[in-house]
Amino acid sequence: MTVRTEELILNVGPQHPSTHGVLRLILHLDGEVITKAIPVIGYLHRGTEKLAENLNYTQIIPYTDRMDYVSAMTNNYVLCHTVETAMGIEVPERAEYIRVICMELQRIASHLVWWGTYLLDLGALSPFLYAFKDREDILNFFNELTGARMTYNYMRVGGVKWDVPDTWIERVKDFVQYMKKRVDEYEALVSGNEIFLNRVKGIGIIDAKTALDYGLSGPALRSAGVKWDLRRNEPYSIYDRFDFDIPVGKTGDCLDRYTVRIEEIRQSLRILEQALAQFPSDGEIMGKVPRVIRPPEGEVYVRIESPRGEIGCHLVSKGKQEPYRLKFRRPSFWNLQILSELLVGESMSNLIAILGGTDIILGEVDA
Amino acid sequence: MTRFMEDSLGWLNFGVFAASAVALLFIVLFVVCYLIYFERKFIGWMQYRVGPNRVGPFGLLQSIADVAKLLLKEDVIPKRADRDLFVLAPVLTFIPAFTVLAVIPYTEELYFTNLNVGVLYYIAVSGISIIGIVIAGWASNNSYSLLGAMRSGAQMISYEIPLVMSILGTVLISGSMNIRTIVIEQEGWFWNWNIFPQIIGFLVFMVAAVAELARTPFDLPEAENELVAGYHVEYTGFRFAFFMLSEYVYMIAMSGLATAIFLGGWHAPAPFLDFIPGIVWFLLKWAFCVFFLFWLRATMPRVRIDQLMTFGWRYLIPLSLVNIFLTAIIMQIVR
Repeated sequence: MTVRTEELILNVGPQHPSTHGVLRLILHLDGEVITKAIPVIGYLHRGTEKLAENLNYTQIIPYTDRMDYVSAMTNNYVLCHTVETAMGIEVPERAEYIRVICMELQRIASHLVWWGTYLLDLGALSPFLYAFKDREDILNFFNELTGARMTYNYMRVGGVKWDVPDTWIERVKDFVQYMKKRVDEYEALVSGNEIFLNRVKGIGIIDAKTALDYGLSGPALRSAGVKWDLRRNEPYSIYDRFDFDIPVGKTGDCLDRYTVRIEEIRQSLRILEQALAQFPSDGEIMGKVPRVIRPPEGEVYVRIESPRGEIGCHLVSKGKQEPYRLKFRRPSFWNLQILSELLVGESMSNLIAILGGTDIILGEVDA
Repeated sequence: MTRFMEDSLGWLNFGVFAASAVALLFIVLFVVCYLIYFERKFIGWMQYRVGPNRVGPFGLLQSIADVAKLLLKEDVIPKRADRDLFVLAPVLTFIPAFTVLAVIPYTEELYFTNLNVGVLYYIAVSGISIIGIVIAGWASNNSYSLLGAMRSGAQMISYEIPLVMSILGTVLISGSMNIRTIVIEQEGWFWNWNIFPQIIGFLVFMVAAVAELARTPFDLPEAENELVAGYHVEYTGFRFAFFMLSEYVYMIAMSGLATAIFLGGWHAPAPFLDFIPGIVWFLLKWAFCVFFLFWLRATMPRVRIDQLMTFGWRYLIPLSLVNIFLTAIIMQIVR
């Protein structure tokens, strides 16, 4: 008698606890080993770029909040900065400092979400709640500053919408000190755990060439050993004033992506410390911006470092109030492309470790 | 109980046993409800949360409400499921969970059978549950449940071997497979408890027991982040409750077994503390074992299936064999 074996086709998502939103994967399984993986995206597509063509620039800002909803501040910034670059607007120093403080706090919040959910994916329940407790503090700061917890709509072309409330800076300073201790605690809790190490070490290895070929950016690229951080390589805003390191990995496995992100939290805290110390005591928060924002005819591309990688904004202007074409380079979308190659030959459990390690936000993938 | 057990079978002792079995059933159901409550509370506290606190004072009625919800839910059987097996599976998982409770001696007087192969009975009967789980996974006709069931089958069969072999050391020491005799042999100060001479056996037993119960870090069969819910993904309402129930009853039973075999059962840690009734000591030790399981759940990530298998076959089984060997040699020398 011959035994007939069949390929098992498993549909993972869009409703699955570990696809971080509405990613769908069609997996061909041989036992528990993946022979083929086809990602299906678009379940969260809202047509941000098309909608932007009928909106003026201030109206587009709330749409950017909703792309990478875990890191709305950097999205706000990339749009505002693109328009400022196109029009040559000077941003006052105080506003720049507020922006940097917000973006770095946001980076920490975003990495905390990643840290918590990644460990949740690997089966550890508690880190998720520890991370969210600390993230809550950051969201409270943002809430006080902007009136919103996730979709801030805070930055404007030429500056920011609101000035910092009283004692806000002092309290953020306290938080930075507190958070430093917390990061050490997190490392003590998780990073040395034998089970955790076994789950992530040597899993989902990306070498530097493949990473560059696929256009990866952010921690995914740096974990492969490529020292590339736009805050350092193409300094924007006032990042050239701060002293910080760029953590890189060696092997490009999931563990490296983990350590790079944990280290980035520390570096963000360092930047925050310096920015808070240098924070100008008074000044304008809005630059001189014409009443109607009309970037001159032409094209401009601006890219910055979001928590997930290089977020770029390509603006084609015909000199009107609305952009002729607005294109966002969303790092999650680019980082996701490598997934179907990485997954072949891995097991179902490794799928979760690899997908979680990529840190995608589906709102950004689908835009 | 001893008196009734020694009599020949008659209506009186049959009635006593039937009544106490029903009483035990209800006690166990009650305990399960509050185990779930305490699990949620403890883990909540460990995670800066408050846990359930809405239903009843301190949320004490939360589990009751959950059970009521499950009872009132619509009973869904997937169209393409194997209907008969689908219905049979939860029952097959649930019955052995309760029957193993018969051999746990709670105190010197309170036990349900004085079986001279108690250890063997426990292992053999609890093995039946796996069949229920595999059937559930197969009958659901769902890829996730199939994967979950296959994992469960592999995991539980693999870990049953070290589980049995880790107990064998204590069987050698006390010279009996009767759990009650094993407990009686551990009388006296706490260093007479089997945990001290059998420390390797105890460690292997705890690891294998956690795997056998499919609790974190070995909760692969229902790894919710990978397989959504594993073998019971298609089950709803009371059929699902049966799986949950048997899982928790096994937790009770396994903690009871650990208490009896390794932690000296109803014995006080020191003879002068004997004035406290045995049931209190039993419950204290049992509660410690249960708490240990909760604690693990709040702390550990999940291992991967191949790592789990390697760990079981390559480390636990040889370790438990070494333990039997050492015990046998030392027993010979001492004697």
